[in-house]
Amino acid sequence: MHRIELRNVTKRFGSVTAVDHVDLVIEKGDFLTLLGPSGCGKTTILRMIAGLEDPDEGEILIDDRVVSSHEKGIFVAPADRGFGLVFQSYALWPHMTVFQNAAFGLKIAKRPKEEIRRRVGAILADLQIADMADRYPQEMSGGQQQRVALARMLAPQPGIFLLDEPLSNLDARLRVDMRSELKRLHRTAGATALYVTHDQTEALTMSTHIAVMRAGRLEQVDAPMRVYRCPATLFVTDFVGSPKTNLLDATAVQEGGATNAVLESLTIGGLAAQVSGPVVVAVRPEDVRLSLQPEPGAYEFMTYSVLPSGSETILNVQRGNLLLTVKDTRDLEIEMDRPIWVTFDPRRVNLYDKATGKLVGAAARPTESS
Amino acid sequence: MKQSTRVAATLAPAARRLRRRLTRPHVILGVVLAAIMLYLVVAPLGVMIQTTITWQPQDARLTADAEPGKLTFFHYLRVFSSELSRSMLWTPLKNTLLTATGASVLALALGILLAWLVVRTDLPGRRYLSSVLTIPYMLPSWTIALAWIVLFKNERMGGAIGFLQSATGLIPPNWLSYGPVPIVICEAIHYFAFAFLLVSGALSTLDARLEESGEVLGARRWQVLSRITVPLILPSILSAFILTFSRALGSFGTPAFLGNPIRYYVLSTTLYNNIQSRLQADGFVLSMVLIVISIVTIYINQRALGIRKSFVTIAGKGFTSTPVRLGRLKGLVLALVWLFVAVAVVAPLLFLVYQTFMLHPNNYSLSNFTLHFWTGESNIRIADGIEGIFRNPELWNATRNSVLLAVSTATITALVGILLGYAVVRGRGTFLSKVVEQMAFLPYLIPSIAFGAIYLGMFAKPIGPIPSLYGTFWLLLLVSVVKNFPYSSRSGTAAMMQVGGELEEAALVAGARWLSRFRQVILPLCRSGLVSGFLLTFITTMRELSLIILLVTPVTRTLPTLTFRYAEQGYHQPGDAITVVLVVIILVAEWLVRRLPGAEIGKGLGA
Repeated sequence: MHRIELRNVTKRFGSVTAVDHVDLVIEKGDFLTLLGPSGCGKTTILRMIAGLEDPDEGEILIDDRVVSSHEKGIFVAPADRGFGLVFQSYALWPHMTVFQNAAFGLKIAKRPKEEIRRRVGAILADLQIADMADRYPQEMSGGQQQRVALARMLAPQPGIFLLDEPLSNLDARLRVDMRSELKRLHRTAGATALYVTHDQTEALTMSTHIAVMRAGRLEQVDAPMRVYRCPATLFVTDFVGSPKTNLLDATAVQEGGATNAVLESLTIGGLAAQVSGPVVVAVRPEDVRLSLQPEPGAYEFMTYSVLPSGSETILNVQRGNLLLTVKDTRDLEIEMDRPIWVTFDPRRVNLYDKATGKLVGAAARPTESS
Repeated sequence: MKQSTRVAATLAPAARRLRRRLTRPHVILGVVLAAIMLYLVVAPLGVMIQTTITWQPQDARLTADAEPGKLTFFHYLRVFSSELSRSMLWTPLKNTLLTATGASVLALALGILLAWLVVRTDLPGRRYLSSVLTIPYMLPSWTIALAWIVLFKNERMGGAIGFLQSATGLIPPNWLSYGPVPIVICEAIHYFAFAFLLVSGALSTLDARLEESGEVLGARRWQVLSRITVPLILPSILSAFILTFSRALGSFGTPAFLGNPIRYYVLSTTLYNNIQSRLQADGFVLSMVLIVISIVTIYINQRALGIRKSFVTIAGKGFTSTPVRLGRLKGLVLALVWLFVAVAVVAPLLFLVYQTFMLHPNNYSLSNFTLHFWTGESNIRIADGIEGIFRNPELWNATRNSVLLAVSTATITALVGILLGYAVVRGRGTFLSKVVEQMAFLPYLIPSIAFGAIYLGMFAKPIGPIPSLYGTFWLLLLVSVVKNFPYSSRSGTAAMMQVGGELEEAALVAGARWLSRFRQVILPLCRSGLVSGFLLTFITTMRELSLIILLVTPVTRTLPTLTFRYAEQGYHQPGDAITVVLVVIILVAEWLVRRLPGAEIGKGLGA
């Protein structure tokens, strides 16, 4: 198992700073996901760790060995860094068979023929594509090509997996299957994995840690549940979670030891955070409680649209100018344009500073663990 | 002391970083290629410019002021404003612009019309038609000119009468036998393939839904055509025009065969005459004129395309749209199209073949039939004793030279193209990449005949380690490869773009060194581009005339230059017979290469 560390790493492409002074540690055996919108620099970080790009500042260490350093002028060739890589496009060689693709690394390393045959054979069997060894990649489905790319990564038995959006070209159902398989693979190989994705569900389901990126900088590095429950910034809370978090402008007012968030048409009371002044209230759709009858302390809204999808129903409800997205997992039959009553759970509401976008009042913290 | 160790300590990383940056494969390759091109492309251009502004030894016989080696504007003054300017520059310039414009417009009209008929209508036999229509482009451009002479020559020039006069007794007027009219027609028949290939390519990748959306919104057919289809394929039409125009500008064979007999000269033939009469500097000034016209054309093209190019990419996956029904016109259109094929493709070849079987050049009856020019022994009373070409050692020599030259040029060009493409694509955005790309493009601007003349001057004497190449096969090979740089770098760049960086990076990550990445990944993946590029270069080199006409010696003579020599001396039948051999070789080679998968002549055209 290997540890990867980035120290003050910066990468520029012309006038664009793709990666801006990033410090990041990936511990041994970790499955760390770089999560962010496209163009935020996450793939650039992966490529710098792989040695496919050189940092313009800072250094990269694998197990305390400097593999890239601008200041010291050190550069270790990609093949000597001990990782395997799956590209987003898979980058399978169309003129080689599945077997030849998977065996390439071992052949370059001049391993004995017999050993190559045995090892590649075993990996292809593990990945359930042994019977396709003589096919060409373009004769296979997307899911099978994905497995070939994995086989090619695994064959030289790397201690580090670098995965660049490996699932983004698969259809939704296959993607879910592959998630669990990848997670399993990481565990059995005992490798350290860096996973790049823009899909927040993928990040939440697979990682031991998530590093959320925005415009070349790290916004938050944390365990998945903490990223979900206590997003450090408005950007993170907006990016992680589906449907999107409700973000509401409010004024925080202290009242008898508790904080009230005062909105235009309603007030959310009993918040634990000790702040006052302009804030943004963040409430996840599943944390808004609906009821079909008036309740004490509930605000009356009108349903704007109702979008049932089987296991859950997404509703947009309206009160004056205020529009809320709500997720309800009960089997509800609600028509549009009818009154509905909404209550907020103060333990599930986060407050952000309006000016800085930083979390100022996390309501309930999940148990500290990672 | 302390200061200096600190400097050393910071210098070492900087040096290491520099080394890392400079030892990247595309950088090394770029530097090497740039150095080679500096020598083979930029230097010749410099030599040419320098020649035009210095006194030449030959100038001594023109004026007493000549001081060989000293700076002078004598040549520019002579070409631009002297009593000779009219015949040396202005008239040929006018003729050049006239014939090039005429040929381009006619070729474009033919090409677009045929492309539309083949791609978008229900004309029967369309697929077959599209391969037949590229034949004129594969043949030497002057084949049609030679055939034209067979058909339309009149007895006022050169004695012998043409087929037309013999068959009907009508004497073709001079303007039909020689000069601008036949030059424009013959060149258009050769060059329309550009427009045909480019426009049919654009039409067949055009997303039919774009047109259908127009129809759904109530536009009539002609409105869809003029408001949607034409604007979308306009970039390819413009490219075809520029491609045709710039080739026609420097075209040599056709104007030489059809213009020289009546003293109708264009810039390229004037240039040839100047250099033949050892007025190299004046010839080079004319080259400069041609180069300036080329640059202006290309500049206009880029200005026009720059804005429009963006939406070429909209082209969809090539959905087959419902073909336009020609209805009652179908029969008529079909007849006209095949009549065109007969006139433009079949007839010229038939006339050439026919002429080779004629003992006396002006007797078209069967009694005049002979095999003499194919297999006959030397007879002093016929064509000054030139034997039938199959007995003629010159033919075998020239065939061997031509095939060897074409095969080696095509092979080297294909490989160099991939290397150029690698340096350009992998270094994209860097200064070096731009330099390599621009340098590789330079030979495009220099007319073939001038390029040959420069090489003649440059390699007539030994330079450094390189011995004098004049009279050797190597000079022909060198000039052919270099003249092809623009096309090879273009197709190489396109091929490398398709290979994409990640396929190579995957091999890099696996620990493969550059040479094995190149051999095992890049080369195999560029294969289809290589094959079509190979075919195109093979064909153009097989039929190359103007580039090497000044460089060949009796030993290194090729088929086209042999034809030219015979035609120049008035021996039509042997010249035509050799052309027929040349055409057969080209067609057979094309047929063979086409058996290979991935070969398509349109692909190598890269425009």
